[in-house]
Amino acid sequence: MAAEDLPSEFDVVILGTGLVESVVAAACSRVGQRVLHLDRRSYYAANWASFTFNGLLSWIQQQQDDTQPEETQDWCDLLEEGEELIQLSSQSSIRNLQVFTYTSKEDEVEEASADSVNTTEEEQHGPASQDDDSNQENLENHENQEENKENQVNHENQEENKENQVNQENQEENQENHENQEVNHESQEATITEGAEPEAEQPQSPAIPSQSEPSRKKISFAQLEKEGRRFNIDLVSKLMYSRGSLVELLIKSNVSRYAEFKKVSRILTYRNGEVEQVPCTRADVFASRQLSVVEKRKLMRFLTSCIEEKDDQSAYNGRPYLEFLRDQKLGENLQHFLLYSIAMVTEDTPTEVGLASTRNFLRCLGRYGNTPFLFPLYGLGEIPQCFCRMCAVFGGIYCLRHSLRCLLLDTATNRCKAVIDSRGQRISCSHVLLEENYVHERKNVATPPRFLSRAVLITDSSLHGSDSEQEVSMVTIPPITEGAPAVKMVELSSSTMTCMSGTYLVHLNCSSVSSAYQDLSPLITTMFSTPESHDQGRPSVLWCLYFNMEDGSAMEVEGHDLPSNVYVCSGPDGELGHEHAITQAELIFHKILPEEDFCPPAPNPEDILYDGGSAPSSGPEEEPSLQLEV
Amino acid sequence: MHGRVKVKSTAQQEEEKRKEREKKLKIYIAARDGCFTKRKEGVFDDEALQLTQQLLSSNPDFATLWNYRREILMHLETVKEVDEVQKIYEAELLFLESCLKVNPKSYGSWHHRSWVSARLPRPDWARELSLCDRCLSLDDRNFHCWDYRRMVVKMFNVPVDQELKFTDRLIGSNFSNYSSWHYRSTLLPLLHTTASELPPMQAESPKSNRVCEEQLLKEYELVQNAFFTDPNDQSAWFYYRWLLGRAELEEMISCLHVSREEEQVAVVFSRPVNVQSGCLLLVLDGQPHAVEWKSIHPRFKHSPVWICNLPPGTISEISNEHNLTVHWTEKHSRKDCTLFTGHAESWCQDSATDQELFRSELSVEKNSVLQSELQSVQQLQELEPLNKWCLLTLILLMRALDPLSYEKEMLAHFQTLKEVDSMRSAYYSDLCSKFMIENTILKMEYAEVRVFSVSDKNLSTLCHLDQLVLVTHINLSCNQLLCLPPQFAMLRCLEVLEADNNSIGNLEGLYHLPKLEAVILKDNKIATLADLEPLTSCPRLKRLDLRGNPVTQLANVESELAKLLPSVLDLLL
Repeated sequence: MAAEDLPSEFDVVILGTGLVESVVAAACSRVGQRVLHLDRRSYYAANWASFTFNGLLSWIQQQQDDTQPEETQDWCDLLEEGEELIQLSSQSSIRNLQVFTYTSKEDEVEEASADSVNTTEEEQHGPASQDDDSNQENLENHENQEENKENQVNHENQEENKENQVNQENQEENQENHENQEVNHESQEATITEGAEPEAEQPQSPAIPSQSEPSRKKISFAQLEKEGRRFNIDLVSKLMYSRGSLVELLIKSNVSRYAEFKKVSRILTYRNGEVEQVPCTRADVFASRQLSVVEKRKLMRFLTSCIEEKDDQSAYNGRPYLEFLRDQKLGENLQHFLLYSIAMVTEDTPTEVGLASTRNFLRCLGRYGNTPFLFPLYGLGEIPQCFCRMCAVFGGIYCLRHSLRCLLLDTATNRCKAVIDSRGQRISCSHVLLEENYVHERKNVATPPRFLSRAVLITDSSLHGSDSEQEVSMVTIPPITEGAPAVKMVELSSSTMTCMSGTYLVHLNCSSVSSAYQDLSPLITTMFSTPESHDQGRPSVLWCLYFNMEDGSAMEVEGHDLPSNVYVCSGPDGELGHEHAITQAELIFHKILPEEDFCPPAPNPEDILYDGGSAPSSGPEEEPSLQLEV
Repeated sequence: MHGRVKVKSTAQQEEEKRKEREKKLKIYIAARDGCFTKRKEGVFDDEALQLTQQLLSSNPDFATLWNYRREILMHLETVKEVDEVQKIYEAELLFLESCLKVNPKSYGSWHHRSWVSARLPRPDWARELSLCDRCLSLDDRNFHCWDYRRMVVKMFNVPVDQELKFTDRLIGSNFSNYSSWHYRSTLLPLLHTTASELPPMQAESPKSNRVCEEQLLKEYELVQNAFFTDPNDQSAWFYYRWLLGRAELEEMISCLHVSREEEQVAVVFSRPVNVQSGCLLLVLDGQPHAVEWKSIHPRFKHSPVWICNLPPGTISEISNEHNLTVHWTEKHSRKDCTLFTGHAESWCQDSATDQELFRSELSVEKNSVLQSELQSVQQLQELEPLNKWCLLTLILLMRALDPLSYEKEMLAHFQTLKEVDSMRSAYYSDLCSKFMIENTILKMEYAEVRVFSVSDKNLSTLCHLDQLVLVTHINLSCNQLLCLPPQFAMLRCLEVLEADNNSIGNLEGLYHLPKLEAVILKDNKIATLADLEPLTSCPRLKRLDLRGNPVTQLANVESELAKLLPSVLDLLL
């Protein structure tokens, strides 16, 4: 839209496509507000984004030479009387990026033949539309993704899928699809091994530690790059609580129709140097081999009894949850599971917080599966995009690589009357939302920002083998040494469409004590096999990335010395769920539109009335498509 | 406000939906009528197949159409090549899958599927099995699918151990599933019956329903995991009861009694039987006698006790010795008994203790196994002191181990059971009565007496009366009995009945008791003279205590009673 100008008036102008911004955009657009949604980046979802492997590599490149020459320009000619300029500039919230590649850069010579086999296989199985162009640009990838998504949506509509819920059936269908895919992949793998080592009969299960099969070929960096578009690597590490506010919002607003989800299949924990499965449902407890029958009874009794609030519990208010658990005569096994894996709190967390957290966990169990969590296919970066899509469906206008230079303040009312965009156009508006990166300079210096420590690993096998290669695991890791942070880890299999087959994508997240590398690498060295680790019987890390990201949980919506109709949307927080972002989005929405319903269900496309009568009852559905601004 | 999306109103939507439905209905009715006409005309062509398919895919419970479809398919079988038939049936299976998606519990679809599978020239049972597994993973209680699966397993000859693994999987995902546990109980006896090879499913189930010890221990572990995880889930407890087993009683004659004075023979069987003429053979001193067998009470066609009267004079001479044998020809069982000179009666009885009669609730497992089971259930009971399943199982285990020494604990557990499960308190009372009677029988046997005394034991019912054929004195006083049931007539030797302080209002069981002399019924609920009517059949009744019964308030009761029971000399009112 280089040549065209944008409309000169909007109700809401939003800068940044993170989750909070996108939800508010959808909510406003849904109730008829004219929304302009901008992002200076070339991709959606800001710090909530997902990248292909190659996309992530260029994102890393960008972060490392993060020089954004802000040409200061004089906008005074656009000023009207009684107006004042507020300059906007952004600052990256990413720090301490470190990348390690532990796999060979190139395929070995003898692998060349295997590789060629691989390529032909892919040509046979892969969708025709996807060119195997490894130099593909990041943006192109994104367009492809958008296209894919649209197909998906149409497909759903064709099936007259009017379910108002996160569609279980779809999920199952998907799983079937994945299973098919799995078969393909398996045959692929088989061919590779055949080509390389015809004599070796290799077990295909990653459950067997790589140590026991030294002949197993490590996936090379070149392969990772070549299969890069199979990856969807999130900058945040979160899961969706199945009764959390995000899931409820997706259901309520019908935004769920734009995405598909996979159940997190198990909860693991790291204890005494071993990865164990945490029994959290009745079936898990029944099948568990770690627990004695008496422990089983005690655990079940505790889980059923703690759902209700009781007097004897309130006696422990303010005292550590661990103490409460100990006094319930639960053994050490159970204390560990309940404290670190189910409540997901630490030793000194007060009892009332621990109990509330336990109840939340239990409330979410069994809605969709045997764990309380869901994960969106293609990564968490899909979620903000789904809301953007909803916004666009109801008329919102989208521009990427498009930013705001300054806000125009009406000094009399202390309100922002208009904004000036990066092309120098003046746009009037009633409300402005900014992502938090734009208000860094205005932050209170007294409280230095908190950071999250993140690590992303690509590994070659699962931490805890099982019958299925497609487990999606949540791993809780208590502090490994005194003072170390408690780490939440998510291990994704290729069935979540976030990594190539034969690999696992592992996200680690904790509150920063120091840099991400210092916080997380000792743990990674013990739990995985890297060149530094002593124990080689663990999943090998092929590639890994460390970085710190600013913790958005402390960000205030208002204030910051900004006009009263300008709101600040915080970036990702360190919690596992999305409560913070969704609560904030609803808060901002009600500040803008106090009387309106927040994200009411979107009508079925066939029920929408267009100008000049009802929608055509047959034929392709005319849904406003998502505008991509380049 | 501007810019809002306009949406059709509910009325508009309803109207559209209604029109849509009307249109669909028209098409449906037309197709249905088309099918009926074709069937009447005996047309079995592809078009009919198409039409029925359309209808059935929207309504898979239309039995007539399935029938028509089968007629068409059977016709096609006669005119097409085998390969074509195979293809047609394969297509039919695919079609059925879509029907099952519409309604996974459609009788018609499942029945048609088993019909098609059976007729398929080259059936793919593995595929059918995986279809069943998928259905069961969606709904593990779909009994249609369970039924169909049984057929597939039988046709496919799935090995028992594989089926056992299948139940492992189902129980693992949800152990509150009777179907899986029950299926397991049918598989286990087939497993390891011969150590070397596993019999296929259709092998006839062996006579003994016992499971080999090694497997049994695994089962105990599995089921303990289930009831420790959720002690309120009954399915695991029921399976546990099944596992602990039930010894099967041998069918035989357990007691023979002959009375010189009455010239009567009583035969006691190990279970109630219906003695037809010819199946019991009575041999007296080497001579078979044709006698008429009667059950102890006209109410019973089946009874554990049967009596016959010998021809008058055959054994009445006290100085004679007689040898008596009764053959139960059907079951090859016999009992002998000698009536010695100078004896008025004689008997031959198997001991209840030796037969471990009252352990049959739980079977003949080794004591060590039962002991360790008792310990683990006790452990659970400490954690869940008010769980009824746990308490009940505890009682059963205690009885299997040692009924007499656990008596006190058993009574305490029954008390708790009645409190925590008050809806079933009457059931627990009856069960407790039964166990108390069993214990008394054992004690009587140890003491080698013919006196049976269970006073003040809160009895609510009488049972095991067939074990009391030889008892001469019975004391039932201070219980909560409401009647003397017809089975009471089994007490052939009874002379004195003490039943004061009960709530007895019915004496039906005092029927033709030849030796009964004294009946103490003080403080009961006998209200009318008719209630006393059965006593008229007891020829030797001399003493009757009716004090504290409503009947004593009737006018002229004394004279009426004298009329009714002229033999009674000692009447207390």
